[in-house]
Amino acid sequence: MDAVTTTPALDAASLLRLGDNALILGQRLSELCGHGPVLEEDIATTNIALDLIGQARLLLALAGQREGRGRDEDALAFLRDAADFRNVTLVELPNGDFAQVMLRVFLMSSFQVLAWEALSGSNDADVAGIAVRSVKEARYHAEHSGEWVIRLGDGTDASRARMLAALDALWPYTAELFVDDAVDAAAAAAGTGVVWASLQPTWRQRVEPVLAEATLPVPAATPFRSRGRFGVHSEHLGHLLAGMQQLHRAHPGATW
Amino acid sequence: MATDPVTPQAPAGPGARREWPLWEVFVRSRSGLDHRHCGSVHAPDARLALQLARDVYTRRQEGVSLWVVRADDIVASDPDAKPELFDPAADKIYRHPTFYVLPPEVDHM
Repeated sequence: MDAVTTTPALDAASLLRLGDNALILGQRLSELCGHGPVLEEDIATTNIALDLIGQARLLLALAGQREGRGRDEDALAFLRDAADFRNVTLVELPNGDFAQVMLRVFLMSSFQVLAWEALSGSNDADVAGIAVRSVKEARYHAEHSGEWVIRLGDGTDASRARMLAALDALWPYTAELFVDDAVDAAAAAAGTGVVWASLQPTWRQRVEPVLAEATLPVPAATPFRSRGRFGVHSEHLGHLLAGMQQLHRAHPGATW
Repeated sequence: MATDPVTPQAPAGPGARREWPLWEVFVRSRSGLDHRHCGSVHAPDARLALQLARDVYTRRQEGVSLWVVRADDIVASDPDAKPELFDPAADKIYRHPTFYVLPPEVDHM
C-alpha cells in the first residue's frame, strides 16, 4: 500500500470516553426535566442536559467513524451494554438532592472546561472543533452550578448540611478524572489527546476558591479510585441505561 | 393613608411562603437596538437572576445583552389613574407633528 500522509486523529477509545461522560451526565440531568425546584432552574438544568447531549452526539458520531465498524451515534448510545461504556463513575451516580446535582455539575464541568481548553489545541482538527464549541458551554455550566455551590454551602444550616453531605459523597469519585492509562498516554504523545493528570492542579485552582467562598472544606484525598473510564462501573449505570435505551431497543430505528 | 399602589406587599405571618423576589427581564436582541422588556423570573439575587434570565429567555438566540431589575424597584403608574393620565391626550391631534410641511432637504430624515 502506498504511504499516505496520515492526518492526526484521536482514537475511537478516547472519543468514547469523552462522549460517554457527556452522554451519561446529560441523561442524569435530563431525568430532572419537569422536576426542578423552581421553573427557572428547571429550564436551566435542562439546558445543561441538552448541551451535554449535543456534545455527546458529536463525539460519539466521530468515535463511530474512527472505529470503522459501521456504528453511528445512536448505535453507540443505545446498543451498548454497561460494560462497554467508558464514562467516569462520577457521572453515573444517581442524582440525589439538589445540592448533589449542582455539586456534580460543578465538579465535572470545572474539569470539562480544562479538558476542552486543552483539546482546543489538539492536532485532530475534528476534536479541536468540538472542543472550541464545547468549552463555552462548559464555562457556563461551571459558572451556574458554582453559584449554587456557594449559595447552598454558605446558606442556611439545612442547605449547608446537604452540601457537606454532597461533597462527602462525590469528592472521592473526582480522583478518577486524573488517571491516565496507555490509551491516554498514546493520544497525548500523538498530540491529539491530553495527559489528564496534568490538569489536576489547575482543576483544584478552579474548584477550591469556590468551595472556600461556600465556606466548605476541601475534602482530604483518599486512596479510593473508581474505574468507570476503564469499563468497571457502579451498579447504577445499568439502571440508567435501561431507562435510556429501552425505547430504541423496543422500537429499533424509531423516529419522531 | 395613601398606599403605594405599585409595591406588592409580601405575605406576612408564620404560614406565609417566602418566595424568591421577582425580577423583570430586558433583552437586547441585536447590537444597536434597545433593551426590550420580555418577561420576568424569580431568583434569590441579582447574579442568579441574570443567569436564569439567560436560561429562560435567550436559549433560542434571542439576545446579545440582558438587564434584570427587581420588580419591586419599578415605580409604575396607577392603572386606576388612566382617565386623568392618558385620556386627555386623545383629542389633541395638534401635538402630532403632522401639520408642518417639511423642506425637501429633510425629507429623508
